[in-house]
Amino acid sequence: MPEPSHRGAPVDAPGISSRPEIDAPAGGAREMLELTQLADREVEELQALHTLDPDQVPADAVKKRLGPLFWFAAGWFLLIVVLALAAPLMERAGFLPDPTKAVKCANPPCSKLGILKQGYLLGTDNLSRDIFSRIVWGARVSLLVGFSSIFFGLVLGGAIGVIAGFFKGKLETVLMALTDMFLAFPAILLALAIITFASTSNPGEEPRLSRQVAVILALTIVSVPPIARLVRASTLVFAQREFVLAARTLGASNLRIMVKEIVPNVLPPIFAFGIIGVAIAITAEGALAFLGLSLQPPNPTWGGMINDGQKFYLDAPHMVLVPCAVLFLTVLSLNLAGDRLREYFDIKESVL
Amino acid sequence: MAGSGTEHLRPAGDTLLRAENLVVEFPVGRTGLKVHAVSDVSIDVRAGETLGLVGESGCGKSTTGRAIMQLPRPTSGRVLFDGHDLVTLPSSELRRLRPEMQMIFQDPISSLNPRRKVSQIVAEPLRIWKRAAGDQLDKIVETTLENVGIDPAAAWDRRPHQFSGGQCQRICIARALVLNPKLIICDEPVSALDVSVQAQILNLLEEMKAQYNLTLIFIAHDLAVVKNVSDRVAVMYLGKLCEVAPPDELYARPAHPYTEALLRSIPVPDPSIRPGEEGTLGGEIPSPVAPPSGCRFRTRCPRVQDMCAQVEPKMRQIGLGHYVACHFPLDAIGPKPGAAQLAQQMNAMTSPTTRRPVPPKLVTPPVSGVSASAPPKPAG
Amino acid sequence: MSRKVIGGPTGTGRDPNAKLLRVVDIKTHFRTEKGTVRAVDGVSFTLDRGRTLGVVGESGSGKTILSRSIMGLLPKRNVVRQGHVYYEGTDIIGLPDEEMRHVWGSEMAMVFQDPMTSLNPVKKIGKQITESLFLHLHMDKQDAHDTALALLSSVGIPEPEQRLNEYPHQLSGGMRQRVVIAIALACGPKLLFADEPTTALDVTVQAQILNLLQQLQRERHMAMILVTHDLGVVAGRTDEIAVMYAGKVVEHAPTPVLFSNMKMPYTEALLSSIPKLDYPSHTRLEVIPGRPPDLINPPRGCRFAPRCKYAQERCLNEEPPLIAAETPGHMFRCWFPVGSPEGEEALSRNLAAGASASGVPVTDVPMPASLAGRS
Repeated sequence: MPEPSHRGAPVDAPGISSRPEIDAPAGGAREMLELTQLADREVEELQALHTLDPDQVPADAVKKRLGPLFWFAAGWFLLIVVLALAAPLMERAGFLPDPTKAVKCANPPCSKLGILKQGYLLGTDNLSRDIFSRIVWGARVSLLVGFSSIFFGLVLGGAIGVIAGFFKGKLETVLMALTDMFLAFPAILLALAIITFASTSNPGEEPRLSRQVAVILALTIVSVPPIARLVRASTLVFAQREFVLAARTLGASNLRIMVKEIVPNVLPPIFAFGIIGVAIAITAEGALAFLGLSLQPPNPTWGGMINDGQKFYLDAPHMVLVPCAVLFLTVLSLNLAGDRLREYFDIKESVL
Repeated sequence: MAGSGTEHLRPAGDTLLRAENLVVEFPVGRTGLKVHAVSDVSIDVRAGETLGLVGESGCGKSTTGRAIMQLPRPTSGRVLFDGHDLVTLPSSELRRLRPEMQMIFQDPISSLNPRRKVSQIVAEPLRIWKRAAGDQLDKIVETTLENVGIDPAAAWDRRPHQFSGGQCQRICIARALVLNPKLIICDEPVSALDVSVQAQILNLLEEMKAQYNLTLIFIAHDLAVVKNVSDRVAVMYLGKLCEVAPPDELYARPAHPYTEALLRSIPVPDPSIRPGEEGTLGGEIPSPVAPPSGCRFRTRCPRVQDMCAQVEPKMRQIGLGHYVACHFPLDAIGPKPGAAQLAQQMNAMTSPTTRRPVPPKLVTPPVSGVSASAPPKPAG
Repeated sequence: MSRKVIGGPTGTGRDPNAKLLRVVDIKTHFRTEKGTVRAVDGVSFTLDRGRTLGVVGESGSGKTILSRSIMGLLPKRNVVRQGHVYYEGTDIIGLPDEEMRHVWGSEMAMVFQDPMTSLNPVKKIGKQITESLFLHLHMDKQDAHDTALALLSSVGIPEPEQRLNEYPHQLSGGMRQRVVIAIALACGPKLLFADEPTTALDVTVQAQILNLLQQLQRERHMAMILVTHDLGVVAGRTDEIAVMYAGKVVEHAPTPVLFSNMKMPYTEALLSSIPKLDYPSHTRLEVIPGRPPDLINPPRGCRFAPRCKYAQERCLNEEPPLIAAETPGHMFRCWFPVGSPEGEEALSRNLAAGASASGVPVTDVPMPASLAGRS
């Protein structure tokens, strides 16, 4: 390709300028806006210049703040995680009643549909099961499914993305065609199909996979294509950078370059995106549970609880509202935290 | 201009690296057109020598450097290094030769992995080839960093973005040196650096060359910089070689019209020299997708004749170590056109109202029996 | 009110008898997280029509910010601009954008380094030129078209009719820069800032563009401020040169005087660190040790002292003021100037001691590159 004509400008890739395009209003105003934007960029460069030399700048000069919203979100999420992890301990210690069994009322008569006065934190459902306990046990399901499906999705999707973006050519075409194929299916239908397939069994036999594993498998498969695309795009950018070429001149093998040069650069932004992915996965599990496709009763799941509770909305709204609120807050907190983390990493990136 | 031919190459036994008839072509998207980035370029370099490869953007000098390194392999040609032809060598064997040939790039910050520490970056080559481990590895890294002027203690755990451009380039040089290569190709190593830092890096390269017994190929667009560091200079234009000569000779007696134009365009920090219209090279560089036939420089050359469009000039010797690919080189047989004539031709070429002016013919005795009005010989 | 393209009448309130441009102690500070960056820290000069001033400095010297400061093209937030810029007698610092719009384009214009980002890549060339003409000069379509054609011809673009219908990426770098120059000059400004106009171009194209700028300046009797890092570029094409370092002008002189009688060690060091064509090959270059200074906490005293081989105690503590030299128009900022008895004495003292007052090693033998990098 003809060499770029910018003397002294970084050679990112042939023919591709490293500066963003300017699209601005017409006429003299456009010129002035452009000039101001150019000046803005200069200021940013100056700012960047002065973040570059730690010798000359006091170490405590800059503290990136994540913000109170982040900490609030992180706090809620942490609470959920702690409760979920501690559930077996709490049960053994007697704080957490069995979620599948009816609880005894302290003062009869106890309403079938649960009353806060009776001393149970969040009341009981129509079968007198403690809602708080069910929430905590349901949290275990949601968190496990959410994190493991995204984890496997990152591993598998990440591998596909890095290989496709690094080798390009036919391999890339094939891999991307496959992932596009999966992207073409509506996610819920795909998940449905996978779960159904994975957990059908002939009468009398054990199902091929436990329902929980099936759900994780389904969500993993659904999450792989978008992750693969993201990782591939990021890989394409980094594979063009000169340090990759330098590694090649040093005689590094392709595998070594991918693992040591590309992945460490691609991973951090993807990681922050992964947190939002977990939020999506938890919502997805909730939806599946709502449809009755996740863990079967009497095992508690948030989606299942919402499903059960909707019939009793008028009489005992807390049955449906509590799991809704918990699901909402958990997903929200993950989104907020993920967003803030993404921005936090981005700022550092822009200095590089 | 368009130089083909290998007359300027020295005997194969003498040279460390010998690239013959390199051709690099890229397809343009799906149009079926090809970019002729490098067309039949041959260069060689002796052990301990610095070869300067100079030319403006689009001339193919960087592409030549990368083709020599087989990154990627050229479309055709031979690259003889250490007894092997790199172009036909299988990948695994090629990889094993890599420690002998290293490269330094234009953008020092982009050449370093932003996520890794400096000590890891410089140690990486040793780890790849398992040349050293543990304390011995650390020692080598430390010594190399000191040699390039980076304080190892301060830099060890830092990342590239904490260093300036000049310091990053030093780190890149350290990384290249740690394997004790025979040859280092420097692709515009100082173009992205500030003037005061440039001098530091150029001096450093010379020192390292002496200390590590290196051979350098120095690629740049700045003729003054190239002249300063090289033992031999090759000038390129639009994928072809124009002229090869020792640097002082090239400056004092340029033979190729392009070289002369290049020399005259360089701004000189001397206020008594007022650059004027005469001597400025007019026109634009043609597209490498459809380069001119015969001599590629003919569309801008003040000395062009009919022959130049039909016959591609080959490299031939015109002085000690001095080779040129031109039918009508400066100072060649036959008087130079007078300054007035030259100015007239230049003006005709640079007039803004005509796109492709017909250059007036030179009124000089024909060169070696070929008359300007004789029927064209079939292309050689 | 419609105006002629070339050499429009001056607006109301301006005094045509005053100097075209008079910059008095201009300061531009940026408030950043790390502190206040003093990019331009007290620069003054004057410029007449038809004269060319070269502003030379490396990156971080403030030369680019200076030209934007004078034109008023800086972001509004976190920027502090002080001092005065008298354009034909009127102070334009502090003028709001609506009034500056009358100045931009028709009185002052700027040509930037990278033509690709100065031009809108998704608009045709013709449209970009004529828009400017519509806005400033209120021309009708046919007039604008003809003027655009004339402009392209005047900057040496062949086949201008065809070019009007092309996009920027279809032109070469040199052509694009010509178009940018054409747009800048479309409304006949009296003052042109050329901010590294040729740094991104090849050397042969650079010569063409610089010649073009000179020619246009002569034809239009414009003043020009040529900002660059390349001493070679300013040597043959300017009337005066101002050398900047760390936000201040450290030397200002008529061009021949600067080269023949430079006073500031920085100027001397800059000149000797550039490889020159007439040096024999393998000449060891003289190096300026260390790195450009911090603009947030500049060194007390002379800003160049940490890197200067002439540096003495005094240089570290007292900042030298700009003082006049023997030749009129020559000002410099140094306690121990090059070529003066104090300077010679300072240098020999440092040579004997082996280091300058700031610890920079000073030897007869050129400094090894492995030491030159440390600051």
